[in-house]
Order: sequence, then C-alpha cells, then structure tokens
Amino acid sequence: MFDKMMLCDEGLENIVENGETTGFSLLARLPYYRGLGLSMIEDIGLGVDGEPVAREDVRFSVRGRSWTLDELETVYDDRWNFGEKATVIVKRPGGLTPGAHKIDIAVRMRVSYLPFVPTTKTSRELQLAA
Amino acid sequence: MTIDIKRGVSLYSFQHETFQGKMSLEDCFKTCADMGALGIEIIGEQTFWGWPEATVDETKIDEWHALIKKYDATAVSHDFMLDYKRYKGTMMAFDEQVASVKKDIDFGARLGMKYIRALVSIAPEVLVAAAPYAEEKDIKILIEVHAPLHFDHPWIIRHAEAFEKSGSDALGFLPDMGMFLFKFPPVWKERFIRNGVPQKIADYIETAYEDRVLSEYVILNVREMGGEGPSLGMAETLRHNAAYEPKRMLDFMHRIHNVHGKFYQMDENLVEPSIPYDEIVKVLKQGGYKGYICSEYEGNRWIEDAYEVDSVEQVRRQQEMLKGLIGEPTPTAIAA
Repeated sequence: MFDKMMLCDEGLENIVENGETTGFSLLARLPYYRGLGLSMIEDIGLGVDGEPVAREDVRFSVRGRSWTLDELETVYDDRWNFGEKATVIVKRPGGLTPGAHKIDIAVRMRVSYLPFVPTTKTSRELQLAA
Repeated sequence: MTIDIKRGVSLYSFQHETFQGKMSLEDCFKTCADMGALGIEIIGEQTFWGWPEATVDETKIDEWHALIKKYDATAVSHDFMLDYKRYKGTMMAFDEQVASVKKDIDFGARLGMKYIRALVSIAPEVLVAAAPYAEEKDIKILIEVHAPLHFDHPWIIRHAEAFEKSGSDALGFLPDMGMFLFKFPPVWKERFIRNGVPQKIADYIETAYEDRVLSEYVILNVREMGGEGPSLGMAETLRHNAAYEPKRMLDFMHRIHNVHGKFYQMDENLVEPSIPYDEIVKVLKQGGYKGYICSEYEGNRWIEDAYEVDSVEQVRRQQEMLKGLIGEPTPTAIAA
C-alpha cells in the first residue's frame, strides 16, 4: 500500500559537512496506513544505481533527531508518522553526481497483528540537482 | 419516522488523500458533513501524529473539538492498535498491554469518543482487565470482528464468553462488513490480472469463490493449472475471506455498538458488487441496531497502481446507498 509513494520526487541532495561531501539524503514515507513506533522499523534497504548500500551506512531522521538502523530498534519514544516524510541519509564520501539516479528502497516493518513481517519495495529514478 | 441506524465515516476512507496531504482534517469533516454522515471514526494515530509513543500536540486536540462543534458531528470511535510486538523478540507483558489499552481509553475520552476499537488479535483477558477502567471513563471497548475471523470462529466465541463472564457492558463487538464477501471483488480480480495472473486462472478463482469451493482445493487446482506467484496470491485470498451470513450478527447484537461499512468499490448504480448491503442492513434493522455504520473504503490499495483514487466519490456513493437502505427520507424541493 502506498508503495509508489514511498519515495518522494523531491529532496534528493548531497550532504556537505565542513566543505566536504559526506553522503546524500532523500525523503521517504512509510508505506502503511498508519505510523509506527521506530522500534518496529526493522530495516530500510537502499540501492543506488543498482548497487546496494550497507546497513551501517544508513541513518534515519525525523523532526531533527537521527539514528542508525541498529539504534532505531530500541527507540520507544518516537515514531515515523502516517504520511510523514522522513530524511534517509546515506554515508558515501563524495555523494552522488548531479542528474538522474535509480533509487531502490525496501522497508521491513514489524506489525503486531500480522503473522509475518512484511517488506515493501519500490524503485524510481530521482533527480539530483546540479 | 424514526431512523435508528446512523451514518458515519471512518476517516481511514480518505487515507489516500490524507497520506499525501491533499485533504486536511477539516476537509474530511466538511466532506462527511456534506454527505450528512455526521459520525466520525478515526484510527487515532493516523489523524494525530505522535500517538501513542510520543505526545500529541494539544492544539490538534483543540482543533478536533472545534471541528466536531463546527460541523455538528459526533465523535464515534478511536481505533487503536496495541503494538504488543514493540520490543523485538519479546511479546509485551500482560500488565503493559493492559496499561496500553488504558492509555487508549484516556485518549478516546479526550476526543469525546464513545468507543475505542480493539484489533481482533488482542487477547480477551487484556480487554477484560481494562474493562473497569473503560466503565469509569464511559467508553466501550469493541473488538473488531474482521475477516478471516467471523462470529462463529472459536477465537470470537472465546471473546464472547469472556465478555459475558466479566459482566461488564463496556466490552463489545465491532463487525467489519468485509466478512460478508459474497462475490470476489472485481477490483481485486483486475489488480491480480495486472500483476500477471492469466485470465483463465483469474476466471477460475472467481468462479470457485462464487461456488464456495474450499480455499485449499482452489490453491491446489491453481498450482495444477501452472499458476505461481501472483496466481497463488490470488487463490490465497480465499483463505482470508468468505461469505459468512449477516444474520449471525443477531446473537451478538446486544454487544454490537458500531459497524465498519467496509467496501472495495461502489459502482455508478450505487452498488457494492461483492458485499450484500441490502441483506446486511435488513439484519441490522431486525436486530434493532441503533448505532452508526461508518463507511470504510478499502479500494484504494487495489487500484492505486493503475488509476487515480477518488475516495470522496466512492464514500459519497456508499452513503447514498446507505441512505436508501436505512430508509432516510429523501429531501424534496417542496420540503426544502
């Protein structure tokens, strides 16, 4: 549900810290009809131009706070809200080149009432402004 | 003429629009009021960011009450989830589950709700333990009877027995009309075909559903027809859906206080092709039901891959249908 809306068209950009490009970020929404407490976000898998990103290189950020995916597993006091655009950060020295990049995203979430752990995926070409 | 059955809308129906920020909370209220559907049901955490792990902005609660007043609406139900798998690898302890339900009772009360909806996976003991607190707050906890469960399922019977034994009238049921799936929904079939199910297999599954063939036989037959992936997925929907009898609600009517008017599509003739609403409303009237039927549009997820979703028009059609079935007088130019 909302699969195609997981990736936002806008918001793909490089992250520059102290004059150095350390990675890039994009905006993503939880593909679900409700929000979820962060401890129930089991994984956010990313791929860039067909190349998988390592789990430890991903950071998740909402409303000014950010966590590694391992840290998320024990965050019990905050949420990824319904329809909320979270910033997903990828550590990658040099960032991405301007132009089109194919982004794959997969979110695995633990939903109490489901007898399985669903993963929702989508893929789209996003533009990084020059 | 007194109309006992009242019309409402679960704002879940507009999730496609609210997810994208295309409809605000006030847009939802105005849309419902325009349809004369004055009962409002929500999934609390969908409407109120932060709930339940973090605090909800007080101004949002104020806005809710202002909208209820402005549109002369009634707060019907806060549907809560109870995430008992919040801790990875460990089920939430019983006492914490009860405390969590009490928190949702408080939240429902803050919103002026009469009911809070419990998901069917929640254990009866948890609800029974929370019932005295619900009584104090003048809230009823209604467990949602939702496909693949139904009123004759042992798990629901267990709930019913526990509710009767508790002696509390704060415990009840909220039937979801999706359990009365008399035909295979056309929007499901079309989506499965788009996902790659061969026409021949899709036709077979649809017919087998109408013939009430046991799901396990259908799955086996689809395998033998060479079906895989999406074909098996389509066949497996038969495991989770069935045409239970609306009249089975009658034995439980004293504990049924709210109804989910689940629907997958409303055609231009104001008919839901897979759920027999005429029969359903007849049974509810027979049982003396006096609560709301809250529209719950769930078609968006079946068409969003190929079509523009128009939840408002779909809900409007269902409300028109309900008006007719309930027997609301149609306003005429003379009456106006």
